[in-house]
Amino acid sequence: MTGHEITFEPDDPYHAFLTTCPRAPHGDGKLGGIAVAVKDNISTKGIETTCASKILKGYIPPYDAHVVELLRQSGAAIVGKTNMDEFGMGTTTENSAFGPTLNPYDTGRVPGGSSGGSAAAIAGGMVRMALGTDTGGSIRCPAAFCGIVGLKPTYGRVSRYGLIAYANSLEQIGPMGRTVTDVSALLEVIAGHDRRDSTSYDKPYSPAPRADISGLKIGIPQEYFGAGVDPQVAAVVTRAIGRLEECGATTVPCTIPSMEYALAAYYVTCTCEASSNLARFDGVRYGPAADTKKSWHEAYREVRQASFGTEVRRRIMLGTYALSSGYYGKYYAKAQIARENVKRDFTRIFSEVDVIAGPTMPTIAFKLREKSDPLSMYLSDILTVPANLAGIPALSVPCGKAGGMPVGLQIMGRPWEDERVIDVAYAYEQAVS
Amino acid sequence: MAEEQVIVGLEVHCQLDTKSKLFCGCSTDYRSDGPNTHVCPVCLGLPGAMPVLNKRSIEYAMRVAKALNCTVLHESEFSRKNYFYPDLDKAYQITQYDKPLAEGGYLEIEGDEGGEKRIRITRIHVEEDPGRLVHMGNAERGKYSLVDYNRAGIPLIEIVSEPDMRSPKEARKFLNKLRATLEYLSVFDSEKEGSLRVDANISIKGSERVEVKNISSYKGVEKALLFEITRQKSLLRRGQKVDRETRHYIEARGVTQSSRSKEQEHDYRYFPEPDLRPLHVQSWVEGIVLPELPDARRERFIARYGCSLNHARTLTGELRLANFFERVVAADPKGLATLADTWIADTLIGELNYRDMSIHDLAMDEKNTTGFIQLLGLVKDRKCYDKMGIDILRQMLDTVKQGRPYETPLEIMKRLGLVPLDVASGGTSPGGASLSETNPVTRAIAEVITEQPAAVEDFYKGKKGAFNFLIGQLMKKTRGCADPGELNRLLTEELQTKEV
Ligand SMILES: [Zn+2]
Repeated sequence: MTGHEITFEPDDPYHAFLTTCPRAPHGDGKLGGIAVAVKDNISTKGIETTCASKILKGYIPPYDAHVVELLRQSGAAIVGKTNMDEFGMGTTTENSAFGPTLNPYDTGRVPGGSSGGSAAAIAGGMVRMALGTDTGGSIRCPAAFCGIVGLKPTYGRVSRYGLIAYANSLEQIGPMGRTVTDVSALLEVIAGHDRRDSTSYDKPYSPAPRADISGLKIGIPQEYFGAGVDPQVAAVVTRAIGRLEECGATTVPCTIPSMEYALAAYYVTCTCEASSNLARFDGVRYGPAADTKKSWHEAYREVRQASFGTEVRRRIMLGTYALSSGYYGKYYAKAQIARENVKRDFTRIFSEVDVIAGPTMPTIAFKLREKSDPLSMYLSDILTVPANLAGIPALSVPCGKAGGMPVGLQIMGRPWEDERVIDVAYAYEQAVS
Repeated sequence: MAEEQVIVGLEVHCQLDTKSKLFCGCSTDYRSDGPNTHVCPVCLGLPGAMPVLNKRSIEYAMRVAKALNCTVLHESEFSRKNYFYPDLDKAYQITQYDKPLAEGGYLEIEGDEGGEKRIRITRIHVEEDPGRLVHMGNAERGKYSLVDYNRAGIPLIEIVSEPDMRSPKEARKFLNKLRATLEYLSVFDSEKEGSLRVDANISIKGSERVEVKNISSYKGVEKALLFEITRQKSLLRRGQKVDRETRHYIEARGVTQSSRSKEQEHDYRYFPEPDLRPLHVQSWVEGIVLPELPDARRERFIARYGCSLNHARTLTGELRLANFFERVVAADPKGLATLADTWIADTLIGELNYRDMSIHDLAMDEKNTTGFIQLLGLVKDRKCYDKMGIDILRQMLDTVKQGRPYETPLEIMKRLGLVPLDVASGGTSPGGASLSETNPVTRAIAEVITEQPAAVEDFYKGKKGAFNFLIGQLMKKTRGCADPGELNRLLTEELQTKEV
């Protein structure tokens, strides 16, 4: 650190930030002086970290997440914490306890979620890059809806130490940026082994993206263009894949039959893990103080009832139910079997193709409050959750517009082949620029 | 009514004596420090912190598994046990559930019916200790409670036995043997406060099983079991039935109390801990070399030092005691072995128990070990007789207990005015003349004979007890400072002379 700082006082018309650091210190290095926003579920020493929840209002972590340490070492200026769905539970960023973030392309629409604040901060021109987290599409969905690039790395590629857990076995921290090059640069800084995260691997990332994809085989799963996918979105994505073919790639049709159960497996797994992860928020150490005249369990109940939002309470209840005695085998255990099937499908497909491509989201960004019933909201995650269940890298790159709104092309790769996924996105970006 | 068969199984939780906690680098040496001083984001359960397994704890647990003849599973895993309680910072405990570290072993104890008895071990697993609540006032009516997370994350090993014990005594023997084994393995320190906790399952054959939780001392186990067995038997005698339930042991009152309430009926919602990878450590087992264990050491004590079976059992039943014995003997292998055997296994243990002290309290300070060796040296050289020696030992122990400055055995002798009375020089003169008037032993004999005419009379009438009574009086008068054998001889002589 050399004692520089940048001034960061944006208007923030889209409510992308929950906290900003008007004078953000930075050092020299690969990201020296670059403004980087950090999703509010990643611990930042000395900067309030709330997960957009009332229960963490006022919580100032005494330590930095591993990725934040790495950002600081790279010279980046951490300029603020971005809005999100409470604890990452949502697809629109409307589930923030502190109000929704708006889509910079159309402020009547959502930016996607749960990393909606990070995407809007980039799309709105406030920062060049940001960190998001992706449990079931939370980086890729807002990237697609806001017309930016976002990568969910291979599970284990980036340390989760300091990421306030929602669903540990599914989520990864990942880079978001205006361009593939920015995403690649940010990944280079945050990837690699961290002994404080036992699920992280020693797989650093360093190559610069290459646009040469001649000979590449791309799998096109029929499920990604079937029922529930907006034909306009499908058409934009199909054209984008055509551009990749023009660059020398070939396409192969494929199927992922296990997708039938993917969404169920995903929601069982993430709610189970969440019900346990969020149990520590009891009003004793975090959140509004409990009424001390009551017995401790009454006080816990009162604080948790009042301080968690509707969607969070819904998922805690679902997860608690699914893990209950007598139901574990019916739900959690079955979900893990379904998960293995998804992995197996991907392994099979990747023995014949190098990457898989399709739309990131089945539709363009929803209107604010359009998705009022939870089930239709859950259904919109169908194209993103398979990558989380399988732990494979998946990226969304802007590939045109439908109805005036951005559409994302999703590229998925073999485990640890984040490089290849980035190369394909880079090739596309170069081809259309 | 037929004999009511008692059935006991134990779940023993022991803190593994590692340097750092199970999932973080915090020191486990927290007892002498203030609350919440040995904590970090991980053991405080701060949002975003993740557990990293301390390999040493697993190695310690594997030593135990091997010593208890268990099979280490090819794959074991950690699970979350979810429940709310203010001392549990994450609201779940990381433990092992359906894939424990090891299964299916046994420990041999001395059974009630004599001979060795095998108590089967069901499983061994590793888990983290929760924090500790400190109630201000009493738990029910106190104003508030404080939480100390120093203990949170200390590695625990849980050893579950089959219901193979048939009496509280067998349960105590199992526990003592287990403690000794763990200490011999250098993985456990029983001297550390709260390092052991026991849950016991007790039933009378044919009736429901009761689980008694919260027993935190060795003595407590036997007491809690005795209470519970009496309670269950009297229920059955009155024609009532025993309810299947969980009860808590109230140490202060020596009773068990039903703890059935809504809040206690937990559904722990176990599931695999997603932040830790499964363990594949079976291959480590071969690399583990076990040290000499209690049974082997017992046999060696018998063979090498000529200890009796009972003494050898006592001496090797506690690591520190066995070490102490061998330290003492090593000072003079030829001279002290036999003496040390009885002096430590009988006298010292008795005196320690009487004072509620442990061998650790004595041997902690090297000076005391040296002092004890010197004391036995004095006894061996007959510079100090048994009764004197015991007085000196008592003084040594009281000194330790009261925290007074150390004194050597000779200093204690001097302070108490205990001087070995030289019977020989003041005894029968070479010419066979009568005893010297100035010799204190002679004087004491004369006094006793004068003071106890009735006993002397009885002696002449041939009453056996009379002589022993007179010897007792004589010992008291000489404060044990005279050779008991010589006293015997001199008193006999004196009485016979008188009669003539
Ligand atoms: Zn710690």
